[in-house]
Amino acid sequence: MIGPKAIASPRSGREARTSHAVTRAPVSSAVDLPPFQTLIDEHGHDVHRFLVASVGRVDADDCYQETWISALRAYPRLRDAANLKAWILTVAHRKAIDHVRAGGRGAVPVPDVTELADAGRDEREGHADAVLDPDAVIWRRLRALPPKQRTAVALRYVLDAGYPDIAAVMDTSEEAARRNVHEGLTRLRKEYRP
Amino acid sequence: MTDDLELLLRAAAHRIPDAPLPSLDDAATTAGLLDVAYATFDSPVGALLLAGTARGLVRIAYLDDGVEAPLRELALRVSPRVIASPRRLDEPRRELEQYFAGRRHEFDLAIDWQLTRGFGRRVLEATARIPFGAVSTYGRVAAAAGSPRGSRATGNALGANPLPIVVPCHRVVRTGGALGGYTGGLERKRTLLAVEGAQGVT
Repeated sequence: MIGPKAIASPRSGREARTSHAVTRAPVSSAVDLPPFQTLIDEHGHDVHRFLVASVGRVDADDCYQETWISALRAYPRLRDAANLKAWILTVAHRKAIDHVRAGGRGAVPVPDVTELADAGRDEREGHADAVLDPDAVIWRRLRALPPKQRTAVALRYVLDAGYPDIAAVMDTSEEAARRNVHEGLTRLRKEYRP
Repeated sequence: MTDDLELLLRAAAHRIPDAPLPSLDDAATTAGLLDVAYATFDSPVGALLLAGTARGLVRIAYLDDGVEAPLRELALRVSPRVIASPRRLDEPRRELEQYFAGRRHEFDLAIDWQLTRGFGRRVLEATARIPFGAVSTYGRVAAAAGSPRGSRATGNALGANPLPIVVPCHRVVRTGGALGGYTGGLERKRTLLAVEGAQGVT
């Protein structure tokens, strides 16, 4: 951003006008979008908590960064700024799915709690996570849920989201949001015995 | 059972620590998506917003009414990809510190003029050529901008200066030495002229 002597030799008016026409803002939007930093300031912690629950604490930072960069890329083309929180959480939800598909530790089948002592990759990672996070077991259970149930349960219990908000993030009906939460809990109950 | 699991989830959620969030400005820069970087700076004339694009410094604003309005203006007029990035503004901040300490008489900064246009830009370009320690008049700046009769329009253009201090609109005073106006308030204009040791201003 810093170059030599721009003050000392400003462009002439004509050149400047030409340059202005050529170098206009590269992007424009039909809606008045707030400065992107506002989204980070207002929703950064929620996005991070959601990702800790969805992909684990170890990988949450990478996912967090990918979420915001992906959102930043798309931001100027956004046509509806009415619910930016739902929008950024939608991006985070998709990043979490990508992450799991790409072989993040959420993709590793989760053994029963009693099997956690077994040797192997799971055990090492289970321990690595557990050292950082005493609640690692329940988050690993959550991560093993199908993506829709996982996101719905995380939004409901980690971010205290209401069903209309969950529906907005996941682009479903409110009824489907309730169903996703309910089915997720049912499955967790079956598999998770403290 | 139902309540147990829900309570367990909520309790675990409450134990997620509020860790410091990873910084995004480096990744945004690398991805070529940081259109407007900004920082705030406490100067002897009050808190300032500094904002830059890839082309150079695009905005300096006095922050008497907070950072929100000038940031929103940048989002609307330059790009909504506005991100706090103090390090990207290190150089302007350093030069401003030197200026206020009396150790810098010229700014050596790239300028992005995109928030100016037409006559207003010509006025500001003429203003940028007034040297440290000197003053000019509205009439002379109007003439230099190609509109000898445009003193009033010149005053308006200076009032809309997106880069105060660096584009030294404070060096433009009334014929005869009266101070004239200043967007940031006359007290600031006096302070800036005093920093520069300007003579012949009342």
